[in-house]
Amino acid sequence: MKVADILKWENTKILCCEESIANIITDGYVSDLLSDVIAHANENMAWITIQTHKNIVAIASLKELACIIITNNNIPADDLIEAAKQENIPIITTSMTSFDTAGKLYIALHY
Amino acid sequence: MILTYKVQGGDFSNAGKCSSEVKKVLKQLNIDHKIIKKVVIALYEGEVNIVAHAYHGVITVEINTEKIKITLKDEGPGIPDINKAMEQGYSTASPIVRELGFGAGMGLPNMKKNTDYMHISSEVNKGTEVILINYL
Repeated sequence: MKVADILKWENTKILCCEESIANIITDGYVSDLLSDVIAHANENMAWITIQTHKNIVAIASLKELACIIITNNNIPADDLIEAAKQENIPIITTSMTSFDTAGKLYIALHY
Repeated sequence: MILTYKVQGGDFSNAGKCSSEVKKVLKQLNIDHKIIKKVVIALYEGEVNIVAHAYHGVITVEINTEKIKITLKDEGPGIPDINKAMEQGYSTASPIVRELGFGAGMGLPNMKKNTDYMHISSEVNKGTEVILINYL
């Protein structure tokens, strides 16, 4: 699936990098601990988190993740969006919880 | 090839910059993808450690045909008990650093797991030097 497919879900919004919505998603990762993500996430994963500061963009870029999905109505910091534009990492926000987002993504990927 | 980067303690907005630049260089050099992944994990953790704990530091990356050697040298509080610091889950990070999602006590173990050789030397109230080697 592609990042664009997530944007078809209700209650999701893309905040930047629409030029990268064709990024392929092959898997997902749910974590709010940066060391966990840097160690275990892999390229083309969609990262589901409640973190909203710009360091998550650096990690997504280093790990070549497909996109970041910020859940539970958390609003990313302005400098996060600036960083994401530079690194071309799509930032999606949703009102869903991390659990519900992961469930939806899992079904979309595997069923 | 020798690359040198300065890292400022407390500067979280630039954390990861060195790792990202080193990754680009390793890709250009056509280093094995699996080794790049490991080096990037270990280097990122080391870089964040300087930002989270030290006053300032210098990261030196030496690349030759047989290995990638990274030296992270900082001036800072040092590590009183290195064995304790190596334990998974042990952290002295401040609450603010933890709120950002760092300080889970995974950094040093992650560095160890992803390198062929790791050595820490540290002096309390002076600083810490970490050497990481990945063989090609």
